[in-house]
Amino acid sequence: MRRAHFKFSWIVPLLLAPQLLVIFTFFYWPSAQALYWAFTLEQPWGGGNTWVGFDNFRKVLSDPYYWGSVRVSVIYALATTILAMGMALTLALFVDRQLAGYRVWRIGIIWPYAVAAPAVGLAFQFVFNPGAGIFSYINTISPGWWDLSKHPWQAVTAIVIAGAWKQVSYSFIFFLAALQAIPRSLTEAAAMDGARPLRRMIDLQLPLLTPTFFFLLVINITDSFTDSFGIVDTLTGGGPFRATDLMVYKIYSDGFRGFDYSGAAAQSIILMCLVMALTFIQFRYIERRVHYT
Amino acid sequence: MAEIAIRNVAKTYGKTRIMEGVNLTIRNGEFVVILGPSGCGKSTLLRLIAGLEEITAGEIAIAGQVVNDLEPRERGCAMVFQNYALYPHMTVAENIGYALKVAGVPKAERQARIAATAASVGLGDFLDRRPGQLSGGQRQRVAMARAIIREPKVFLFDEPLSNLDAKLRVQMRHEIRRIHTRIKATSIFVTHDQHEGMTLADRLVVMNKGTIEQVGTPDEIYDRPASLYVAGFIGSPAMSFLPGRVDAGRQALMLESGAALPLPRALAQAAAGRLVQAGLRPETLSLTAPGKGQIDARVDFVEELGAERLYHLMVEDLPLSVLSSEKVRPAEGAPIGVSVPLGALHLFDADTGRRIEPQAAETPVAVTA
Repeated sequence: MRRAHFKFSWIVPLLLAPQLLVIFTFFYWPSAQALYWAFTLEQPWGGGNTWVGFDNFRKVLSDPYYWGSVRVSVIYALATTILAMGMALTLALFVDRQLAGYRVWRIGIIWPYAVAAPAVGLAFQFVFNPGAGIFSYINTISPGWWDLSKHPWQAVTAIVIAGAWKQVSYSFIFFLAALQAIPRSLTEAAAMDGARPLRRMIDLQLPLLTPTFFFLLVINITDSFTDSFGIVDTLTGGGPFRATDLMVYKIYSDGFRGFDYSGAAAQSIILMCLVMALTFIQFRYIERRVHYT
Repeated sequence: MAEIAIRNVAKTYGKTRIMEGVNLTIRNGEFVVILGPSGCGKSTLLRLIAGLEEITAGEIAIAGQVVNDLEPRERGCAMVFQNYALYPHMTVAENIGYALKVAGVPKAERQARIAATAASVGLGDFLDRRPGQLSGGQRQRVAMARAIIREPKVFLFDEPLSNLDAKLRVQMRHEIRRIHTRIKATSIFVTHDQHEGMTLADRLVVMNKGTIEQVGTPDEIYDRPASLYVAGFIGSPAMSFLPGRVDAGRQALMLESGAALPLPRALAQAAAGRLVQAGLRPETLSLTAPGKGQIDARVDFVEELGAERLYHLMVEDLPLSVLSSEKVRPAEGAPIGVSVPLGALHLFDADTGRRIEPQAAETPVAVTA
C-alpha cells in the first residue's frame, strides 16, 4: 500500500495540535497536578504547600473507609459489567436472528449511551423511589421493605442496575456488529453439518465473538470504575452508611466536600494506576484466549 | 446416494422472480454440472436443494421424499461453499469432524474417521492447523473432507474452485472427479466456467435468467446447442453468428453479405424460407485465398495462442472467428477467404432463437425449458 507523505513536516504537528491541546488541557495537566498534590499537603484555600512524600498514600491506605470504597467499587464494576454485557449479548443474539427493521432498533438501543450519567441517575430515582416509583409497588405488599436510603444492598443494587442500563447499549452495538460480521456461509455450513440454532450459537457465534467480548470487557470495567460518578451522585449520594461510596465518588466528596485535596489527589492516582493495571492484566492474560480471525 | 427430482420449481424474492418453471431429474450417482453466467439462478437452485432457501412454488424430492419443508440437516446433503466456509476457530480435525460431533458420534470413532478422511484428501499432516494457516488448495481440501466424512446422499458444490489459481483448479477438478468415482454420491456442481463443466459433468444443465436452456451430455450440448444462448455460451473461442435466409431450392443459406453457404438437404428443407442466425464454430472453419472460400472477409486482428492462431475477421460489419494451426500472418485489413465445410452450420430461428434440426433427424435433443 502506498502512503501519502507530506513534504512540509510542520503540517504534522499542526494537524495534531487541536487534539493534543485537548488531551493536554483535560488529561495531562490535571493528572500532573494531581500527581504533585498527592505528594504535598495542599491548603484548602490556596497558598503554600508542603512536601510530605508518601504520607497522603499511607493515610488513604490505612483508612478503613477507603478499603470499603474499593470493595464496593470492585463489586459495582464486576456486577455492572456482567449484567450489561449479558443483557447486551442476549439482545444482540435476538436482533441478529430476527433482522426485520433491525436498523431502527439499533438506533433506539444506542440512545441510552448518549444519556448523561446524572440524567440516568435522576431517571432511576423515579424508578426506585420507595414512595412513588415503580419499586414502590413492592412496598404496598410489604410496607417499608424497599428503601434505598435505608438498606445498603438495595442502594448497591440500584446503582448497579442504573449503571448497567447505561452500558448495555454500547456493548449491544458492538456485539450486533460482530455477529453480523460472521459470514453467513459459516452459519449455513454449520446448519448443513446438522447444528441447530442453539448449537450454532455455542459452537460458532460465541467463539467468534471473543475479540469483541474482550474489547468490551476492558471498556466496561474501565467505564464502571471511572464513569459512575453521575449515577451515584444523583441516586444515592454515596449512602446509606457509605454503602455506595465508589472510588470516584469518594475522590469527589473527600476533595470538594471535605477539602482534602491531597487525599483526593492520592486516591485519583491510585484509581488511575488500578485501571491501568486492570487493563494490563486483561491484555496479558485474557487476550491470549481470544481468537482473532 | 439418491435421485433428485425438481418439479416446476420457482423462486421469488419479494416481487423479483428469479427462477421459474425449473424441471430437472438427477439420476442416482450422477454428476451434474449447472452452468451459467452470474445471476442466472444456478447458485439459488443449489441452495434450494440444500434447504438454505425456501422454494416459492413447486417441489423438490430427494430419494423419493419431498423435502420442501425439511431443514437442511434433515435432507442428507453435504455442501462445499465457494469461500469454503471453514470454522476459523477450529483446527482442521475439528472442522472435518464437526458434523460427527454434532451427531454425537463417540470420540474414538470420530477420530478414526477424521484421520481416514483427512488422509484420503492428502491432509494427514495438517490436522492440528487452523484454516488461517493453510493455503487456498488445502482449505479447499478441508471443505471437501468436511463434506465427505458425513457420507452424504447428495453432494452439492457451489463454485468451489473459483477462488483457486488456474493450475490448482485443474488439479482439484481431477480430484473431485476421482472422489466422485470412489464414493458415487449424487453430485451437483455449480460453476460459470465451461471448461470445469465440460470436464466434470456426466450431464450439463445450462441455465439462463432463471430457466433451464438445455440439459445434455457435454458432447450433446457442444454438438447440438438447443438455442442461440447455449451456442454462444458453450465453446471457446466462442461461436460466431451471421444472419441469412434459407433458400430451399438452391439448398443453401443466403447470407446478408451475399455469400451462399451450401446446406445438407434435410436441414435446408427444415428451414426453408426462414430467416435464421447461422452459428459457425471457429475450429470448424479454415482460411483460403481471397475469393476461394464461401465467405469473403477482411482481417481485423490475429490472436496468437501458441499452437494455434485465432483469426478475428470481419464479414462486412459482423465479426467472424477462425481458429487455425496454419502459420499465416495476413496484414490487418487484408481480404481473405473462409471455407465452410458442409454440415458445419448450426441454424437458429432468427425470431425464437431455437435450434433448427434437419427434418427426419434422429432423436431430437431433449429440451426442458
